[in-house]
Amino acid sequence: MDYVMAFMVGGALCAIAQLFMDIGKFSQMHVMSLFVAAGVVLGIGGIYDRLIAIAGAGAAFPISGFGYFLAKGVLAQSGAAGWLAVSSGMFQFAGAILSFAIVLSFFTALLCKPKG
Amino acid sequence: MKLAGKQTWVFEHDIYIQATGTAVGPLEADGPLRESFDIAHDDLYCGEKTWELAERRLMQEAIGVCLQKGNISFSDIDIFLAGDLLNQNVTANYVARTVPAPFLCMFGACATSMQTIAVGAALIDGGFARTVLAATSSHNATAERQFRYPTELGVQKPKTATFTVTGAGAAVMGRKRGRWRITAATIGKVIDAGTANPFDMGSAMAPAAASTIEQHFIDLGTSPADYDLIVTGDLSRVGSVIVRQLLAESGYNVTDNYNDCGLMIYRPDQNVFAGGSGCACCAVVTYGHLLKEMERGALQKIFVVATGALLSPTMMQQKQSIPAVAHGVVMEAVKEER
Repeated sequence: MDYVMAFMVGGALCAIAQLFMDIGKFSQMHVMSLFVAAGVVLGIGGIYDRLIAIAGAGAAFPISGFGYFLAKGVLAQSGAAGWLAVSSGMFQFAGAILSFAIVLSFFTALLCKPKG
Repeated sequence: MKLAGKQTWVFEHDIYIQATGTAVGPLEADGPLRESFDIAHDDLYCGEKTWELAERRLMQEAIGVCLQKGNISFSDIDIFLAGDLLNQNVTANYVARTVPAPFLCMFGACATSMQTIAVGAALIDGGFARTVLAATSSHNATAERQFRYPTELGVQKPKTATFTVTGAGAAVMGRKRGRWRITAATIGKVIDAGTANPFDMGSAMAPAAASTIEQHFIDLGTSPADYDLIVTGDLSRVGSVIVRQLLAESGYNVTDNYNDCGLMIYRPDQNVFAGGSGCACCAVVTYGHLLKEMERGALQKIFVVATGALLSPTMMQQKQSIPAVAHGVVMEAVKEER
């Protein structure tokens, strides 16, 4: 059941993004930014927490999940750091995602050469 | 007067294409016209380290094979005209280092091939040159990076997108009798149809092509039936339909003897979206395939209209529309004297 929910929710998020590109004529970059921003908003509202509870990786892996982790980091530190948490907490969780992506791309670039 | 009507140059002297050379990449070599090309690479890098260097190599090879086939040496060349799609025309400008002749860089986006032929023929007709070398190139991966997104980004493309041809074409023109004669050229006006989608160049360029073709008929008093083939550069599946509609609205029926280089160079099953594009598209199809068809006797008189979308990524980001231009050249087969 976990797999099915992850597939349904993750697939639905991707389908929405595809509709933005195909019908809304948004560029890929715009859709990406839009999803990050949407993840932040839904993360603050607590809605994305529920989505992750239902779908797990299906909600965490799309780029909106990155926005959610940005918001979650800020919320986690906001008690102690107040407004400073916006800058200090932002990358508490999202930092791991970024570092992982950078390290992975570094090794990919070392090993692979684009073919076309 | 060599200017006929508003935009058409009719050359007074007999100007010939003496030789041509073409070099292409792997997908073009796998297409239906593979036999027409002189050099074919089985790798997109063409043995170089980067795609930009690969494109430069293609242009250099096209020039080399062209001179070799025509038995022409660099010292015979009075002027070199060339262009490509990269910023600052780096392919043409760097290749020009190796050509010991005066050089004029040309940019007309994908209309560059016929721009160099038209200007070269005019220089010869005017007596400013005896022999002109013209070259044009494009490369799929360099053009994607230049105009859309780097291919490594893996951005989705819609069905209306075109696929930039990897290749280069070169031609030597002069007064010495050759197998093909250049008789007239129609220089296009820049037309902006108001579209702003870099993934649909066909719609952007079709009105410019229609304008040049129509003006050509008006200037010379000819009709579509006077040509064995009217061929556009890279309007693709989308634009080639629009240009025929626009011409039909103006009262010119261009159907049976019309084709588009972008539709000729690939098979439909080669995953090239709406068809081929890029300034090498018109160059390699014309210099490789069409001139061979004329030599064979299958075609007598053709009108080649190279179409160029004059956009830049910066202008696209600032939500500007795409201006387009099309230049046409009339080529006639020269009959063997017996």
